[in-house]
Amino acid sequence: MMRDVTLGQYFPAKSVLHSMDPRAKILSLIAYIVLIFCTFNYFALLLTALSVICIVLLSAVPFRMYLKSLKVIIIVIVITSLLNLFYGSGEPIVQFWIFKITWQGINNAVFVCVRIISLIMVSSVLTFTTSPTDLTDALERLLKPLTVFHIKVHEIAMMMTIALRFVPTLLEETDKIMSAQKARGADMESGSLSKRVKALIPVLVPLFVSAFRRAYDLAVAMECRCYQGGNGRTRMKQLHIQKSDIFCMSFVLLIIIGVVLCNVFLPTVPR
Amino acid sequence: MSILRTENLTLLYSAKTPFEHIGVDSISIEIEKGDFVGIIGHTGSGKSSFTQMLNGLIKPTSGKVYLDGEDIWQDQRKIRDVRFKVGLVFQYPEYQLFEETVYKDIAFGPTNMGLSENEIKERVYSSCKFVGLDNSLLEKSPFDLSGGEKRRVAIAGVIAMDPEILILDEPTAGLDPMGRDLIMSQLSAYHRKRNNTVILVSHSMEDVAQNCDKVLVMNKSKCAMFDTTKEVFSNSELLYSVGLKTPCVTEITQSLKEKGFSLPSGILNVEDAVIEITELLKREGKL
Repeated sequence: MMRDVTLGQYFPAKSVLHSMDPRAKILSLIAYIVLIFCTFNYFALLLTALSVICIVLLSAVPFRMYLKSLKVIIIVIVITSLLNLFYGSGEPIVQFWIFKITWQGINNAVFVCVRIISLIMVSSVLTFTTSPTDLTDALERLLKPLTVFHIKVHEIAMMMTIALRFVPTLLEETDKIMSAQKARGADMESGSLSKRVKALIPVLVPLFVSAFRRAYDLAVAMECRCYQGGNGRTRMKQLHIQKSDIFCMSFVLLIIIGVVLCNVFLPTVPR
Repeated sequence: MSILRTENLTLLYSAKTPFEHIGVDSISIEIEKGDFVGIIGHTGSGKSSFTQMLNGLIKPTSGKVYLDGEDIWQDQRKIRDVRFKVGLVFQYPEYQLFEETVYKDIAFGPTNMGLSENEIKERVYSSCKFVGLDNSLLEKSPFDLSGGEKRRVAIAGVIAMDPEILILDEPTAGLDPMGRDLIMSQLSAYHRKRNNTVILVSHSMEDVAQNCDKVLVMNKSKCAMFDTTKEVFSNSELLYSVGLKTPCVTEITQSLKEKGFSLPSGILNVEDAVIEITELLKREGKL
């Protein structure tokens, strides 16, 4: 049940994208997010969409995993597309009752739809191909300049790592406690809303108790190994920029140039 | 007719992903009413998954579980009744306590069964007696108790449902020797008195040899052996090959036998060993 949540789940496989430097991946993702919203005509949109498909294929993650993460927000896509379709300005092509469809509306709907789908796809590529620890590692390195402003980047990254590390553990724990209470006849699947909320108490109380116990144990274990925060701490796994990273970054750069050229030399779609 | 029967019971985890692995591999066994069955096997051999399928907490990928001759998954809506009939005490059950008082926590199961106030009270008191909990603890918070007491409260919570079959997943794990002995002796007293079926998952060969009539040996998700306790512990080669051991006393008598003393195989407890060895010495005229 709870294990079906795929958004943000690492999917181990062997691909160029898996072996890439996570910093390069995060920067590319940011570039892509900006890029997706800076497409002003169909050629630019097509170019970004095609490149997203290329990246998805490169990731060696089965396509149904992407469909699974799309499934979560399919309603959002449908509703925003429909709203855009019916509330465009300009000359109506078809009109009935309070609804009217205009060329601008159609353009809007297509753009919103493609943009959201591309957005979900590229972000999924990052989370599917990068393990959570790599991700926080990379974030820590990328945010390091902020230490100048007395922001404790290392502590924030450590908190994120610990939080991510304990998500599966706590899910497992929840599963176990739920099974144990079900074995005692707890009914969590039927009844009114208030009844269901009440049925959660036997799960939440033990879960909180065990979360506090784990936090305490972890703190003691870290102190035993002389953890004192980020100062002077070295890493076992150093991040290095490799050939494949340079290759991928240049790919992203090429797409950016392509989109900019499309935007500059081709007419903007009326919206 | 057997009270519980499994037929090619199989469980696959995370099917169709890179994480796919088999949890339980086509196990077919029959358990008679009143049996005290032990399940042994090293860590990760599928014991816990197997027991959770017996009371319908996990739905098997394929295969059937028959309770009193009826397939438990025949009617999805009745699965809760199956869980009342087949009581399961999880590993480290003390972590599932949640109520304000011990009384309320033990009453959780019977309340879910929809019993009357009086009936619940009676069951709480009788199950407390079975696990040897003092009645003065009933109004305390379960979080104020010691580890062993918490464990016994959790076991009482399942016994209070008065299940026809009681399954315990390593009930003595992490307890001190006194606590272990207490729980095991109360368990066998419970079995003798109620004469219902008990299934015990354990890593302690001594506990299993002491209490069980039959033993299921699991290895790599499969059933390696299912026979009477005596037969299972006579087959020390098989047990060693799956990473298990025979009880100490069985091991000693076995090595004596190999040295040429004519002792029977499959001696399971110290009392029997004493009797057999005195017999032997008398026969040889040394006593």
